[in-house]
Amino acid sequence: MADSENVERARSAAESAARRSYGKLVAFLAARTRDVAAAEDALSEAFASALSDWPANGCPANPEGWLLTVARRKMIDAMRGRQRHEVAAEELRVMAEGAELAEMDTRLPDQRLGLMFACAHPAIEAGIRSPLILQVVLGLDAKAIASAFLTSPAAMGKRLVRAKEKIREAGIPFAIPERAELPARLDAVLEAIYAAFAEGWSDPSATDIARRDLTEETLFLARLVTELLPNEAEALGLLALMLHAEARRFARRTCAGEYVPLSKQEMRLWDSEMIREAEGLLLRASELGAMGRFQLEGALQSAHVHRRRTGAPNWREVVQLYDALLAVSGSPVVGINRALALAEVEGPCAGLRELDDLAKDARLGEYQPYWAARAELLTKTGAIEAATEAYEIAIGLERDPAVRRFLQQRQSTMKR
Amino acid sequence: MEYMLMIYAEEGGWTKMSKTEQEQGMAAYTAYTEALKKAGVWKGSNRLQPIGAATTVRNGANGKPQVLDGPFADTKEQLGGYYLIDVADLDAALSWASRCPAVGHGTVEVRPVWSIARSATPA
Repeated sequence: MADSENVERARSAAESAARRSYGKLVAFLAARTRDVAAAEDALSEAFASALSDWPANGCPANPEGWLLTVARRKMIDAMRGRQRHEVAAEELRVMAEGAELAEMDTRLPDQRLGLMFACAHPAIEAGIRSPLILQVVLGLDAKAIASAFLTSPAAMGKRLVRAKEKIREAGIPFAIPERAELPARLDAVLEAIYAAFAEGWSDPSATDIARRDLTEETLFLARLVTELLPNEAEALGLLALMLHAEARRFARRTCAGEYVPLSKQEMRLWDSEMIREAEGLLLRASELGAMGRFQLEGALQSAHVHRRRTGAPNWREVVQLYDALLAVSGSPVVGINRALALAEVEGPCAGLRELDDLAKDARLGEYQPYWAARAELLTKTGAIEAATEAYEIAIGLERDPAVRRFLQQRQSTMKR
Repeated sequence: MEYMLMIYAEEGGWTKMSKTEQEQGMAAYTAYTEALKKAGVWKGSNRLQPIGAATTVRNGANGKPQVLDGPFADTKEQLGGYYLIDVADLDAALSWASRCPAVGHGTVEVRPVWSIARSATPA
């Protein structure tokens, strides 16, 4: 009989193996058959076996190897149960060959990057790429992912299943794309990681455990990409951008949970170690000579930090960075921030003119930051009535209660 | 894996072309087919007659097959031909599809062929 201490030790060994190697194991198990769902099923059975076996027999010296061997056996069993055709025998032979290979070489080849490229393949619907990576590379369950992306677990589950079927049936490869294809394909991977990070980031007080975990997990993914592709400037840029954002997490809310804008944040609450790492990454990226969206956004974060630290206004530089970013992304959201920065240089009327131009994009009518930016600039020009109205719309569109209270407070101070 | 590259295009486009343009178009397809064969991935290909020659059979009233003049769907772009290729994965198939002359005047749909191994796997 295993005592509770052994059970605890086994659980923690299994958890740390999962944390370290979940995606590695899935990638390796599914690389030949491209059947991600089958690999996940087999792996979860292997983890269950570990929890009953390890407390009694002790934790293996190489937990990943143990899990891989068991998962592979489960996968072969499952396939035997399902398939009677000659072709199935051929697949089984291929699988068994792989099993021997894995046992001979305990160092697993890391195919996680190939798996990420498969998940963010252009043949996969763009909206599901990010959840798919979270699930197959990190092992997050559909429920946690659904809550982060504000959809129902059932709907999220269905879309994930469909995406995995597409990978298998359409023959999407687990591979790093060829040089010519790489920038665009890598961009989709980075985009997917950033989308997950942004979901986690929208709850800075981290009251929601699923979301807080998401930020940590996505930082892990971004780091992984930079380790596997150390010379891709945009991958470095994304990690820098995420670290900059994460570094200010605790400064963005008061103890009472109130929203604090960047200009009022307490700098001693910033994580200077993370900021230092981010700056180093941006420097390394710039030396590679391939500018892109994530590096520019990282550089903007860096410029904001620098301004706060030195007290020296650098808005002209910020406007230039937004110009460059606008040229790459063409996003009206970038335009809003550019208008606010421009207002710091040329006055609120110049900023408002920019916003008027942007308003031609109908989507902005339901976008909170657009109305908040408008309200702020209108307040500065003294157009109190129009500003009140803009604040009203911004408040109505905001989903974060802390930001809502912040906007309400701004609205009422302006009236006085 | 085997993939079918299905070519959808507006049929009117062909008849509007000059003789030289038609010849150039044909030459492009011939060269493409040759390239597929040289790479050892070509399994088959065919050009189809226009939809004027199409006849459709479907389940009619009282369960009897009903024969109708015309194509399955009366859309602007019609299935005009196909290539069947055997390549390693979707990326290889997409890379061949992007070289197909049809991309210049229509659309290529890439579909994996249902293999025996897959048919044994429950969905």
